[in-house]
Amino acid sequence: MSTVVFAAHGMTPAERLRDAGWIAFVAFILGVPLIGLTTVDVGGRLAVNTRFGLLAAAVAVAFGGRLALRWAFDRLAARKASRQRAGSAISRTQTIANVLGWIALGAAVALPIAFSDNRYVVDTATTVLIYVMLGWGLNVVVGLAGLLDLGYVAFYAVGAYAYALLSTQYGWSFWEALPVAGAIAAGFGILLGYPILRLRGDYLAIVTLGFGEIIRVILVNWTEFSGGPNGIGSIPRPSFFGLAFTRSAPEGGHSFASFFGLEFSAMHRLIFLYYLILVLALLTHAFVSRLRKLPVGRAWEALREDEIACKAMGMNTTHIKLSAFAIGAMLGGFAGVFFAARQGFVSPESFVFTESAIILAIVVLGGMGSQMGVVLAATLLVLIPEFGRNFAEYRMLLFGLAMVLIMVWRPGGLLAHREPTLRLAKAAGGEQ
Amino acid sequence: MAYALQQLINGLTLGAMYGLIAIGYTMVYGIIGMINFAHGDIFMVSAFIAVTAFTLLAAADVTSIPLALTFVLIVALFFTSAYGWAVERTAYRPLRGSTRLAPLISAIGMSIFLQNAVQLTQGARVKPIPPVIEGGVQLWSTPAFTVQIGWSQLLIIVTTVVLMIAFTWMITQTPFGRQQRACEQDRTMAALLGVNVDRTISLTFMLGAALAAVAGVMVTVYYGVVDFFIGFLAGIKAFTAAVLGGIGSLPGAMLGGLLIGLIESFWAAYLWAEYKDVATFGILCLVLMLRPSGLLGRPEVEKV
Repeated sequence: MSTVVFAAHGMTPAERLRDAGWIAFVAFILGVPLIGLTTVDVGGRLAVNTRFGLLAAAVAVAFGGRLALRWAFDRLAARKASRQRAGSAISRTQTIANVLGWIALGAAVALPIAFSDNRYVVDTATTVLIYVMLGWGLNVVVGLAGLLDLGYVAFYAVGAYAYALLSTQYGWSFWEALPVAGAIAAGFGILLGYPILRLRGDYLAIVTLGFGEIIRVILVNWTEFSGGPNGIGSIPRPSFFGLAFTRSAPEGGHSFASFFGLEFSAMHRLIFLYYLILVLALLTHAFVSRLRKLPVGRAWEALREDEIACKAMGMNTTHIKLSAFAIGAMLGGFAGVFFAARQGFVSPESFVFTESAIILAIVVLGGMGSQMGVVLAATLLVLIPEFGRNFAEYRMLLFGLAMVLIMVWRPGGLLAHREPTLRLAKAAGGEQ
Repeated sequence: MAYALQQLINGLTLGAMYGLIAIGYTMVYGIIGMINFAHGDIFMVSAFIAVTAFTLLAAADVTSIPLALTFVLIVALFFTSAYGWAVERTAYRPLRGSTRLAPLISAIGMSIFLQNAVQLTQGARVKPIPPVIEGGVQLWSTPAFTVQIGWSQLLIIVTTVVLMIAFTWMITQTPFGRQQRACEQDRTMAALLGVNVDRTISLTFMLGAALAAVAGVMVTVYYGVVDFFIGFLAGIKAFTAAVLGGIGSLPGAMLGGLLIGLIESFWAAYLWAEYKDVATFGILCLVLMLRPSGLLGRPEVEKV
């Protein structure tokens, strides 16, 4: 709101300086205890070090940054105002999202071909796709049904551990374990959902958060079952219709490379994994888009908009919520299975709360309920820390900052549209 | 029996600290209806400020314990409230009036940011300080076990009780308290009647941060170690306490904090220590299922 006010009357240079000075003062106050002073370990005892040079630099950056930002905001607001006067502010988000979707799909299919010898790119793209899939799964719960779930990572963990245990203990293959692990995760979703789904939004959030933590604590402490903090290792990799991605073919059989007469390359497996998750993600997308058009999907959206109205219409809200929870959990479980198969190793380390927060951030940043937004946000949130890797210590700092800034900039999400998936067609001939 | 009494004392100490943090959650939730996820990290920042202040005092050869404590408390209160104010101003105020989820995401981002900022500027290692208050009184001695209440525990419990009384007085009797409650009931109406809503919300955040600062100083005194990750679990437990007591209710937050503290120490003492966090959440789930508005919360009637 404030930007509009400032744009209306414009700021004098003195006002700008005073404003920036105030920010610099705040930065100084906040900086003193954390930047200006620091405690260091000197021979077993703490001693205070001062870093006033750094503090001065931080204050100067705050001052200059505020001046520049203010100026930029005013310019933007002025431009926006003149554009609004000119008219033609029709939202074309939907069409843009559609076009973007096809471009993204093309790029996703072409990516491993273009970077067939770049391990890093394929690996990162696989990570992006895992988050896309998780985001789409959580989108069912949060974006469509409007249930705030802060413990989504628990279902991811259930899927990953289900595959890890089924494959290492009972020798199940990836394709056998996939549906079973998904069903187990869905079962957990129902188990958790049944007692708590009559809670209101924020209570629901905190209980799901608690559930996520409970699962993690159990995985850490129940050593006989889950291997404790050490996790479970040497999980078998998925094979290509029975053809393993190994250097040497097994006795009397073929490996992937020997069957197709290719030279062995470690990249084959990575690219196969990439396409595998791409297919899984696309199936998820098709599944969710289809569901949205079915009665159950429309019921979710109705529930999100107004629960009381739903009840008044005679809908069974518990069943609707449970179905959203179970389906979201199942998709999370699938992603978990893939994660375990890709890493070959699972440990509770991978399923901390930050992970839930990141997935939720992907859904909300993307614009709740927007499938394309999830892709955009997942790409952004995976790539921000990756680009930050050069200054590794700052990556999570940047990540947190980016979350705040994107929210403040676009509270509705990057691709925000909150329209019902289906509309009633205009009644023909003026009939009601 | 003696062992149980000792656990009771430990539980009360722990509960007092959770209660102080829980008030910050409950007040913010009451006034703007959001979970201030970064509150636990505000508490963590205050613990770091306390460590720095104690170390400074040790370097200046201040030996008087009351003087040192007062100094550290004032310093921590000042800087932590500044943090509370700044967090609200930058991350939450621009989002007021948008969807319910937006400020929550912003808060989670802020929490990650604060954790990493502290880790970067203060180091990732655990910070130990020499014990500030040592000794205590022996309450009861049996051949098998001696029940002892440490001076630091006594200090924590007494400070919390005093703060609680002062705080209740402030909310119920002072003009600020009236404005705060007015904003809680109906922000638009309060604004129409001349209450400066933005200022009241800012003050609420600062007050919550100040109470968290007291808790931060206490944790530093009591445990003598802090690290950049203590905010997460303490924050979650304090939030659990706020929900348990009925979110939006001040006595509820205190009661919830005490209960969580007691449950945690008794569970750790008699059952499995490694599953004490599970116990907290399990009990939270039970309470919410049986009594969704918390122990002291008013049941919320939703009107169409």
